[in-house]
Amino acid sequence: MSDSTKGRLSRRNFLRVSALAGGGLLLSTRFELLGTASAATADAAGSLSTHVSISPDGLVHIVAQNPEIGQGVKTMLPMLIAEELDVAWEQVRVTQGDLDTDSFSGQFAGGSMATPMHWKPMRVAGATARAMLIGAAASRWGVSADSLTTDAGAVLHKATGRSLSYGELATEAAALAVPSADNLVLKTPQEFKILGVSKPGVDNSKIVTGQPLFGIDVTLPGMKYAVFAKSPVYGAKLKAVDLETVKQAAGVSHAFVVRGDTPLSGLQDGVAIVADSWWAAKSARDELVVEWDEGPTAAQSSAGFAEQAELLSKGEPTQVIKADGNVEVALGAAAKTVEAAYSYPFIAHAPLEPQNCTCHVTEGAVEIWAPSQTPERARDGVAELLGIDKSKVTLHLTRMGGGFGRRLYNDFVMESAQIAKQVGVPVKLLWTREDDMAHDLYRPGGFHYLKGGLDANGDLSAWYDHFVTFGEGKKFSASASMGLAEFPQGFVADYSLVASKMALGVPTGALRAPTSNAISFVIQSFMDELAHAGSKDPLEFRLQLLDKVIAAGTKTRLDAKRMRNVLLLVAEKSGWGKRQLARGSGMGVAFHFSHRGYFAEVVQATVSKRGDVAVDQIWVAGDVGNLIINPINAENQVQGAVLDGLAQALQQEITFEGGAAKQSNFHNFKLLRMAQAPPIEVHFLQSEGDPTGLGEPALPPVPPALCNAIFAATGQRVRSLPLANHDLSWT
Amino acid sequence: MKIDFTLNGAATTVDVTPDMPLLWVLRDVLDMKGTKFGCGASLCGACTVHVDGKATRTCRLPVQDVKGAKVTTIEGLSADGTHPVQIAWKEIDVPQCGYCQAGQMMTVSALLETNPSPSDGQINSAMNRNLCRCATYSRIRKAIHHSAELIAGDEAATASGSGAK
Repeated sequence: MSDSTKGRLSRRNFLRVSALAGGGLLLSTRFELLGTASAATADAAGSLSTHVSISPDGLVHIVAQNPEIGQGVKTMLPMLIAEELDVAWEQVRVTQGDLDTDSFSGQFAGGSMATPMHWKPMRVAGATARAMLIGAAASRWGVSADSLTTDAGAVLHKATGRSLSYGELATEAAALAVPSADNLVLKTPQEFKILGVSKPGVDNSKIVTGQPLFGIDVTLPGMKYAVFAKSPVYGAKLKAVDLETVKQAAGVSHAFVVRGDTPLSGLQDGVAIVADSWWAAKSARDELVVEWDEGPTAAQSSAGFAEQAELLSKGEPTQVIKADGNVEVALGAAAKTVEAAYSYPFIAHAPLEPQNCTCHVTEGAVEIWAPSQTPERARDGVAELLGIDKSKVTLHLTRMGGGFGRRLYNDFVMESAQIAKQVGVPVKLLWTREDDMAHDLYRPGGFHYLKGGLDANGDLSAWYDHFVTFGEGKKFSASASMGLAEFPQGFVADYSLVASKMALGVPTGALRAPTSNAISFVIQSFMDELAHAGSKDPLEFRLQLLDKVIAAGTKTRLDAKRMRNVLLLVAEKSGWGKRQLARGSGMGVAFHFSHRGYFAEVVQATVSKRGDVAVDQIWVAGDVGNLIINPINAENQVQGAVLDGLAQALQQEITFEGGAAKQSNFHNFKLLRMAQAPPIEVHFLQSEGDPTGLGEPALPPVPPALCNAIFAATGQRVRSLPLANHDLSWT
Repeated sequence: MKIDFTLNGAATTVDVTPDMPLLWVLRDVLDMKGTKFGCGASLCGACTVHVDGKATRTCRLPVQDVKGAKVTTIEGLSADGTHPVQIAWKEIDVPQCGYCQAGQMMTVSALLETNPSPSDGQINSAMNRNLCRCATYSRIRKAIHHSAELIAGDEAATASGSGAK
C-alpha cells in the first residue's frame, strides 16, 4: 500500500474504491464500530476503515491496522478480511499500517478489544470487495450476480464452468459502485475456510531470520542515539548537573536538561545525552553527576503503605462502592463467619524490549517510529508537547517486544520528541532495563479486609470487603479500583464493598487484565476459605453458588451459565476429586470473568518439605464465544497468560523505599523460567455470541488456583503475594 | 581500535572502542538488528550469539574479546529460514512478540550441535537462562523436540543416500 493512496480518502466517504496505478483494486471502508455499516454514521467517533488491494497477479495485499505486541492481531485482523473476500490465505500478503485516523479507527492494543471491535467491520470489508469482484464478472459475462460463486480468489460461473481470477477482475471491479453493506450476506461459521483454522504468525519468517521489525531496530540516515537520565523518585526536580564533563565524553554531541511539567505519565525532569552510538551515550551517562530535589514521594515506601493500610482497616471506610442488603445483619445471623486480610504487591510490566522511540523533528513536521499500544494518543501528545498541529505528525507503527499494558503510556515517546526537537536530526531514544524498572506505571498493590458468612447449610450468606487502595478523594489511582458488579456481587444478597484510600506519588497503570489480575487472587482465595469453613468441596461450593443464581434467574455481570460450563469442563479435564495425591501435592481451582471471557482453571502443585513450590500441571477451560478465530495462536496466548499469572504469584513484586523501586533488573524482578513452566492443557468451550479477545482473561484465575492448590497440599493458606515471601515448609 | 573477526562466515573488521560490547557493535555499527538488547546485564539471553560455536551473551562482552573468533548471529543461522531450528520455530508458531526468540534459537542451535536429542531435563538446564516475557516456553520445548526430529530426519536422509533436504 503506497502512502499516496491514503490521500484519496476523505472523512465523508464511508467506502470508496479506486483503481490502483498499474491495475488493481483498492478498497477503503469506514464502518460504525460494533454495528452495521451505514453512510449516516460513518463520521461518528469509533468508525473504522481498512485497506485491501488486489494486484493483477492475484496477490491480495492487506494492511494490518493495529499495533502488534505479540497478541497476534497482525495475523488475525487480515484473516477476518480474507475469509469474507474468499481468497486462499496463501495469496495474502500482510503489511503493517501507519497511524491513519482518517482511514482507520480503533488503532490501539488494549483491553482485549481488537476481536470484539473489528470482528464485524473487517469481515464486511472483505465481503464488500468480494461483491464487487462478482459484479465485475457478472458484467463481463452478461450473467446475473446471483448465478456466480467464489472460491480461493476466483469468481466461478458453475453453469458454464467459466472462471476469472480476482487479479483479472480487480481493475473492472474498482470502477463499480460500492454495494450497501446492508445487502451483503456474511458467511456462516460452517462456511469458514480461514477462520477457525490455525495460521502461524505472518511475521514468523522475519522473526526467525532476525530481520528488523521492532521499534529498537529502526535506523535512519544521520540518526543519533539518546539516553535520558531521570531521578529514581517520581516527580523529582533536577537541582544541579554537571553537563560540561558529559559533553567531553567520547562520542557525545549533546547533553542538556529537559524540564518536565506534565502529569506523572508524561514528561519528567531529566538529562538528555545524545551521542553517535547508544553505547557512547550510555557510557557517558554512567559518569553523570546530577542532584535531584526528590520531593514528597521520597517519604513513601511499601512498608509505610502496609502500616497505613492496617490502620485504615481498623477505621471507617471512606467510600461505599457497592452495598446490597445488610451485610452487618447477615454476618450477625451467619452460622459461621470467616475473617481474613489479603494483600498483593506492586508489579512491573517489564516487556523484554526496553522502551524506545525514534523521532525526527524538522521545520513544521514530526516523524515518529513508535512502539506504542496507543499511537493516536502518542501523536496527539507529541503535537501538544511541541505545539504543532497533529496533521503534521506522521507516526509509524512498529512491532513491539511485548506490551502487557506498559506501552499504553507514551512517556518515552514524549521524551524522544522533546530531545529530537533540540537535536534537529533523527534521534533514537533507548532506555536501559534499569530505566524501565524505575519508571514503570506499576500494577498497584492493594489490601483487602474480608468477612464472609455461611448459613447452616454451609452456603455463602454474606460478603464484606474493605478494600484499602490508592487514590485521593473519590478518585482511585489508575487500575486501583474495583467494579460495582465484581463477583460475588449479585450472588449473595448481603454484599458490601467499601474502600479507603492512601495517597500515592508513584504512577500506576494497566497491566494485562488490569484490576482482575489482583482482585481475582483475593476473591477466589477467600471463596476457597469459605468452602473449607463450610466443609464443602471448593469446586462444588462454587457450582452451588452459580446454580443458585441460574435457578433464580438473577441478572449478574457474569453469565452464571457460561461460567458453570467452563467450571464443569475444567473439573472433567483435570480429573477434579478423582486423583489420589500424596501429602505435599494438591489441586486448586478458581474462575474469573474479565474482558468478556470466562475462564476456570485448575492448578496442581507440589510443595517440598523444604517449602519449594513446583507447579505440576495446569488445566484451563475458557469460553470466548462461538469461535476460536486462530486456534494455534489462541492456545499460545492462553498458555502465555497463565504463565504470566504464575510468575506474578510465585515471585514478582516491586517494593518501594524512599519513593523509589528497589528492583532494578531481572535478578531481582524475576521472570518465569523454562524449568518453572508446567504443561498447560487448554480447552475451549465454543458457546454463544461473537468471538471476544484472548490476550488477558486467562490470567486472573492462576494466582488463586495456585494458592488454593498449596492449601490443599499443605494446609497453609497464603494471603499475600508473592509466594517467594512465604515459608511453606512442612513436616 | 581495529578488531578483526569472522561474522556469519565473512571476514569483518570494525574500528571501535575495544570495550564496546559485541551486541552494540552488531546492532549499531554493523546494522545487524537480529540480536536483541533486553537487560544489559547477561540476565535474559536476548543477545545470545555463537562465539566459536558456543552460545554466548554479548551485551557485556567487549568486542576485543572476539578478536579472531568466529561469530554467528541469528542472521547467519540461515538467511532464508531453512535451518531446522528456524523451520521448527515457524511451524510450531513459537513467537508471540518474538523479541527474545533470536536468543532462544541461538541457544537451541548450539545445544543441538552437542546434544542432538535433548531430554526435557536437559532442555530445562540449557534454556534456563533465556527469558521469554510472553512465556512461550511450552512452544519452545515443543519446537526444540521438533528441531531434533528435523535434524535426525536430515541425517537419516543423507545417510540413506537420498541426500535431499
